Amino acid sequence: MTTTVATVSEGTDSPYALSHLDALESEAVHIFREVAGEFERPVILFSGGKDSIVMLHLALKAFRPASVPFSLLHVDTGHNFPEVLDYRDRTVAEHGLRLHVASVQDYIDRGVLKERPDGTRNPLQTLPLTEKIQAEKFDAVFGGGRRDEEKARAKERVFSLRDEFSQWDPRRQRPELWNLYNGRHAPGEHVRVFPLSNWTELDVWQYIAREGIELPQIYYAHEREVFKRAGMWLTAGEWGGPKDGETVEKRLVRYRTVGDMSCTGAVDSEADTIEKVIVEIAASRLTERGATRADDKMSEAAMEDRKREGYF
Amino acid sequence: MSTVTTEELSETTLLRFATAGSVDDGKSTLVGRLLHDSKSVLTDQLEAVERASASRGQEAPDLALLTDGLRAEREQGITIDVAYRYFATPLRRFILADTPGHVQYTRNMVTGASTAELTVILVDARNGVVEQTRRHAALAALLRVPHVVLAVNKMDLVDYEEKVFAGIAEEFTAYATELGVPEVTAIPISALVGDNVVEPSANMDWYGGPTVLEHLETVPVSHDLSHCHARLPVQYVIRPRSAEHPDYRGYAGQIAAGSFHVGEEVTVLPSGRTSKVAGIDLLGEPVDVAWTTQSVTLLLEDDIDISRGDLIVPSKDAPATTQDIEATVCHVADAPLTVNHRVLLKHGTRTVKAIVKDIPSRLTLDDLSLHPHPGQLVANDIGRVKIRTAEPLPVDSYSDSRRTGSFILIDPNDGQTLTAGMVGESFASPEPVKDEAEDDGWDF
Repeated sequence: MTTTVATVSEGTDSPYALSHLDALESEAVHIFREVAGEFERPVILFSGGKDSIVMLHLALKAFRPASVPFSLLHVDTGHNFPEVLDYRDRTVAEHGLRLHVASVQDYIDRGVLKERPDGTRNPLQTLPLTEKIQAEKFDAVFGGGRRDEEKARAKERVFSLRDEFSQWDPRRQRPELWNLYNGRHAPGEHVRVFPLSNWTELDVWQYIAREGIELPQIYYAHEREVFKRAGMWLTAGEWGGPKDGETVEKRLVRYRTVGDMSCTGAVDSEADTIEKVIVEIAASRLTERGATRADDKMSEAAMEDRKREGYF
Repeated sequence: MSTVTTEELSETTLLRFATAGSVDDGKSTLVGRLLHDSKSVLTDQLEAVERASASRGQEAPDLALLTDGLRAEREQGITIDVAYRYFATPLRRFILADTPGHVQYTRNMVTGASTAELTVILVDARNGVVEQTRRHAALAALLRVPHVVLAVNKMDLVDYEEKVFAGIAEEFTAYATELGVPEVTAIPISALVGDNVVEPSANMDWYGGPTVLEHLETVPVSHDLSHCHARLPVQYVIRPRSAEHPDYRGYAGQIAAGSFHVGEEVTVLPSGRTSKVAGIDLLGEPVDVAWTTQSVTLLLEDDIDISRGDLIVPSKDAPATTQDIEATVCHVADAPLTVNHRVLLKHGTRTVKAIVKDIPSRLTLDDLSLHPHPGQLVANDIGRVKIRTAEPLPVDSYSDSRRTGSFILIDPNDGQTLTAGMVGESFASPEPVKDEAEDDGWDF
């Protein structure tokens, strides 16, 4: 194994063939610019996770030297990693962006949403997200979803029409031909837009390395107090873990995805640099959702069901 | 466990391709094997397939299950839509548009093929070229997919006989060439056993060509740009109006075809105003030349009125603008397309009102017969249409430029995508078969 990341492609292609990262970057920039040209109030879903960070990076490049013509929306589960919140706030300040927050905790405090017995808050995000979209009249909502993540996502469009309840109907999705995206929607409806549709987890990491993009430190190996639940290392904390019989231990771990603390697991890892992370991802024999998301393990169709209800 | 090398981590090129064929031809098995044998299937995905196969009483994992997406499909054992698959080898990254063989077949294959640079068409070696094969070939020809692979599957069931393969390959290549398909590569395979999919077959010594994966890894993904008309549809005008950039005015877009260079004289369509390229901004980096499919921002010497929907072209190579478009279309919506239908037409970055003036014919893909004046086109129909647009459009022939020769029709009432259109003649005129000296002896 080696940790060198080469950047020059060798092959039989002509000098006009774009590298795969250049091709994916160009496609994503095209998508951002289409939305800027055709929609009134677009917003980028920004969780502070690596996919949303890459989305924001691409949006910044797409409109340079002008500022990004979109605001950011964070659906705050109330179970955030402090490192990620800190990253979010620094990023917003650095680029002079406007941040909207939809708070799950508010909905729980008001009694609109009830805490689930398992403590997981990911499924609770749909209502605050939908109501924020309606209240702010957002007509295009950028998400960092990738088709390689999960089976139900493999059939997602780049422009995904949602009704006023944010519901996804796989049979109502429009065929997408060439690079002609159709963003027409009725008042009250909106379009979820996925600029990273064609990226894989490895592409995202390679791009982060190439562009020198800073990430929250929890993506790199660090010592953390964790306990084991459903085969994953979860962080001990105020959100409810560990329960009786679950023991906390200190381990060298890192996160492959960043979501709600209650259902996002860390993996054992010594990868404390981007190069080591890429080597680890390339060698990994588990998908990132399979390895680190309890919410997707609920049933074979967990993601399909949540998408239909208006999830990301 | 795979060993990681620097090659796996370096930047490679990207190939978008599509597969055509039904479950009966073994398409899902082929796709599953490409994913599995290229080690793109991860342990948790494979375990899920093993569990599902076992619960259905199957002994071996059914690789076709890797490509089933939605619960609705799994329950009914069908695929209802285009699914995109991703895999990589040290040489290339692949995006596979996996199109189902049964329901909404034409619509899905047109969708998948619209962005594909290569199509794999499967036939069952026992059945040879059948009606469906001819339909697949016709669609690949209509969509101007540059490379076609004929995968003659289930060779294990015809005793790996060379003459069975050669007969099918010859018949198909002749048919495809007649339709103007520029390149056909025929490969004898067994997706089930794995012959010539990723690994060369030990059962077919007589075949000296590439495996399917080897071909996918080496087929050229870019073209000679000197023959392409340069086109930049303007998506967005970038005007920072900041203290640092008070006068910056850039025209952002993805180069649809060809290349642009600084100093080049350009014309803006449909206005016809001219200027020179003063600078090219490649996502923050100034460059002298940029080419398809880079997303760029063009700076011009003169301050002329340009907005989203305009097309920037070299002045010496500008297309004519027209309000009357003749095209081959594939109707993709459930409601029919009729004569006098009022629609929106999206071409490049411009959307205009339009009216369907005539539907001169409908094309049957099985035998390429024309049915004059069908009155309407229903879902999955291919036909010729004449369209009048409310504003002049700078369209290219689809045979010259897949991006600026294509359009979609949109229902102005409910916003549904109705129809996919390709400007100009349906099929390329057949070219004489080229001398494929590098083709390892496979000439038909």
